[in-house]
Amino acid sequence: MYVAVKGGERAIDNAHRLLAHERRGDPAIAEIAPEQIAGQLTLAVDRVMAEGSLYDPEIAAIAIKQARGDLIEAIFLVRAYRTTLPRFGCSQPVDTGAMQVVRRVSATYKDLPGGQVLGPTFDYTHRLIDFDLAGTTTPAAPAEAAAPLDPAPHVTALLDGEGLIESNPDRAAEPGDLTREPLAFPAGRDLRLQALARGDEGFLLALGYSTQRGYGRTHAFAGEIRIGDVEVEVFAEELGFAVPLGRLRVTECEMVNQFKGSATVPPQFTRGYGLTFGQLERKAMSMALVDRALRAEDLGEETGSPAQDQEFVLSHVDNVQATGFVEHLKLPHYVDFQAELGLVRQMRREQAAAQTEADGRAEADKPAEADDLAATAATLDREAAE
Amino acid sequence: MTAAAYNFAYLDEQTKRMIRRAILKAIAIPGYQVPFASREMPMPYGWGTGGVQVTASILGRDDVLKVIDQGSDDTTNAVSIRKFFQKTAGVATTTATAEATVIQTRHRIPETPLQAGQVLVYQVPIPEPLRFLEPRETETRKMHALAEYGLMHVKLYEDIARHGHIATTYAYPVMVAGRYLMDPSPTPKFDNPKMHRSAALQLFGAGREKRIYAVPPHTEVVSLDFEDHPFEVNRFEQPCALCGAEGVYLDEVVLDDRGGRMFVCSDTDHCETRQAAGHRGTMASPIAAGEGGRRAD
Amino acid sequence: MPTDEAPLLMARGVTKLYGHRIGCQDVTFDLHAGEVLAVVGESGSGKSTLLSVLSTRAEPSAGRIEYRMRDGVARDLFRLNEAERRLLLRTDWGFVHQDPREGLRMGISAGGNVGERLMAVGERHYGRIRETAIDWLGRVEIDESRIDDTPRAYSGGMRQRLQIARNLVTAPRLVFMDEPTGGLDVSVQARLLDLLRGLVADLGLAAIVVTHDLAVARLLSHRIMVMRHGRVIETGLTDQVLDDPREPYTQLLVASVLT
Repeated sequence: MYVAVKGGERAIDNAHRLLAHERRGDPAIAEIAPEQIAGQLTLAVDRVMAEGSLYDPEIAAIAIKQARGDLIEAIFLVRAYRTTLPRFGCSQPVDTGAMQVVRRVSATYKDLPGGQVLGPTFDYTHRLIDFDLAGTTTPAAPAEAAAPLDPAPHVTALLDGEGLIESNPDRAAEPGDLTREPLAFPAGRDLRLQALARGDEGFLLALGYSTQRGYGRTHAFAGEIRIGDVEVEVFAEELGFAVPLGRLRVTECEMVNQFKGSATVPPQFTRGYGLTFGQLERKAMSMALVDRALRAEDLGEETGSPAQDQEFVLSHVDNVQATGFVEHLKLPHYVDFQAELGLVRQMRREQAAAQTEADGRAEADKPAEADDLAATAATLDREAAE
Repeated sequence: MTAAAYNFAYLDEQTKRMIRRAILKAIAIPGYQVPFASREMPMPYGWGTGGVQVTASILGRDDVLKVIDQGSDDTTNAVSIRKFFQKTAGVATTTATAEATVIQTRHRIPETPLQAGQVLVYQVPIPEPLRFLEPRETETRKMHALAEYGLMHVKLYEDIARHGHIATTYAYPVMVAGRYLMDPSPTPKFDNPKMHRSAALQLFGAGREKRIYAVPPHTEVVSLDFEDHPFEVNRFEQPCALCGAEGVYLDEVVLDDRGGRMFVCSDTDHCETRQAAGHRGTMASPIAAGEGGRRAD
Repeated sequence: MPTDEAPLLMARGVTKLYGHRIGCQDVTFDLHAGEVLAVVGESGSGKSTLLSVLSTRAEPSAGRIEYRMRDGVARDLFRLNEAERRLLLRTDWGFVHQDPREGLRMGISAGGNVGERLMAVGERHYGRIRETAIDWLGRVEIDESRIDDTPRAYSGGMRQRLQIARNLVTAPRLVFMDEPTGGLDVSVQARLLDLLRGLVADLGLAAIVVTHDLAVARLLSHRIMVMRHGRVIETGLTDQVLDDPREPYTQLLVASVLT
């Protein structure tokens, strides 16, 4: 055993070799292909794209493979890749009202224009392990509608028509981008929504849940959840009109929340909004709950719960930041620890000295035999220690 | 994706310019934390992303880079960051403090005094010295703006009341140029005096917290204290067991499970240089001396 | 009652609205150095709102408040910049909360609590800070041996006395008190009032005391202001108002308590 361990470099190389080996697993079993991940673990890919803030199923699938299925690690890989990509411009806002829905449900109306479309959902499946999936399966072809679906206007638009819900002010200004500008508090809703959209699903789920249990209640109704494809367009200056770039699968959730009104605003419903890449219903719903909770202060409501505290939520919602800082504790800290060791030893010495002094004062009052006894005990202690 | 696909020192030039602007502002207002648009880096937050971004932005092709963690060039994270810049910038690297033009560090300041022209880049986990007294950014910003630093002294007062002396051993707060309270990053307070009027430029990068701050050369850096309880550095009772150095920061190495300990320089370059020059500690072995000395890699 | 040529605090038409609801309306008065003013009324009368505005914790909807600084110049409180305002709050003013937990740092020792203001204004000598803290603990009848305990280990009455010491250590000229005896047992209240009366007299403090308790007003204040529905309905020397109230509402208030 010797000092100042050399060979950190070799250790790192060897660790990475072992990692690659473990990632591959049993070579007798076929290697998983990114296409399989992208095609069959789509919800994992969706989560990695959403929290990685990059819509690229292929990259996300490779990242999941590289991360051995650790989704936060995969998100991290995608984020680090994304930083290096050139930025050409800002797209037009996507029109989710024109979405080709594969799923669209409203909890506030039994039936509505565009209808309720269940789509590919786990809802109403019984959560029984399907042992058939241990083998290969050939599911039946999906049922098809006789006619194309009717257009599905937003539920909130229906309420807006009656003036029952706050209107969504049109913001002409380009929204902020927290990946390009440092976040400053208080942050506007654009930046808050961006942070939530990139934020950790588990953290948002827990916060959204906490609002339902009374920590910042928002009295939410799921006005609508819709999943489907939208067109992304970019405005071409030289052409003078917007040109389509491609399609994205997104999930949108609009919560409709009670609001008592204030001195200047009559009672009306308010909005909580969630939008994510891919099919991430849980995330979109949680996001909408937290978005609304974060508006409490703006709306003059009582605050004080974690989900209403933007410094708390926005500072801790990013799992790449969180995992880095939590895991950095495994980096060497021996310089700091040495300083603390020295301090603890010093304080123990000081305390022991004070104790000895106090004992000394007490000893002085004791009869002589007691002193002898104490000395004998001390000798015995020493012998036992050796 | 190969290294060739990335720009010199990884970051694109736009980003570097943005970071350099933040650095210039930080130099102009010593000790003030300048917000910057920290990028996602290919290493985890909390592992030196701030320092890496600062280094990447100031690195030129002729620079000679040294990276240390805990004072050592050989700890895994130091190796990893050095490799990163070898790969993405191809700059010369060294372990010799005197030869480096840019030194990125975590938790230590080299023992060899830094010279004019050298830049020391610190990796910072929590840049806000008031954070654990006041968790709100909006409030701490106000406290800095108004130089309201009484609360920091309350903490030191509590230390003395409880322990008889100030019990902060690392990340010990300093006043920079008589104006801004600054966290020196989690270096041991032993290193605080080295910051005072240093000839080198000292830059601090906090990636996760998105802040850059700086101490320009020859700036006053004063550790907080009380008139009747002056600032003191950590002391060691014995010299380095390998090179015999005194007045340096030592790592404690556990030799066995029966209480055997030895104390050796935390700054490995300093230790090796001394051993190469013939200095010997009580436990120095001939083999260690043979391996010692400078390595250029 | 000591008086000075110019008032220490001048309030003119102070109004605070919450939407259409009135917090307090058109409050005008002068407070001189060394004078203790009690603001009494039932809960909802606007007395706490008035205190928030006077102490710059809330901004008034209308009206102005001037304070004569230590240099003798009267300044509009809502034109002070943040730095001046915060300096005022931690040097020349004190604020005693009904709940001492709001006014103390519960995780910091008593000595640290008392010493904080001194350190905030630049005191950097540990020994002197400690001596001053010991002196102040003595003046509020807290035993010196408790100096390193946190307020968590203190009784309600001790906490309140500690809060008072913490406020008075920088020798403020004006102290705001919000129901200072509110949360305490009757026997503890009496001792605290006695202490407060002594300190206010000894130090020549000016104070604005908000209370619903007429006994507190009688014991501490020189003058009294009776509030109802956000307005001042009666004002005068304390003994005069309490012994011979003019307004029917004040008569009712006085009659409803044994003083």
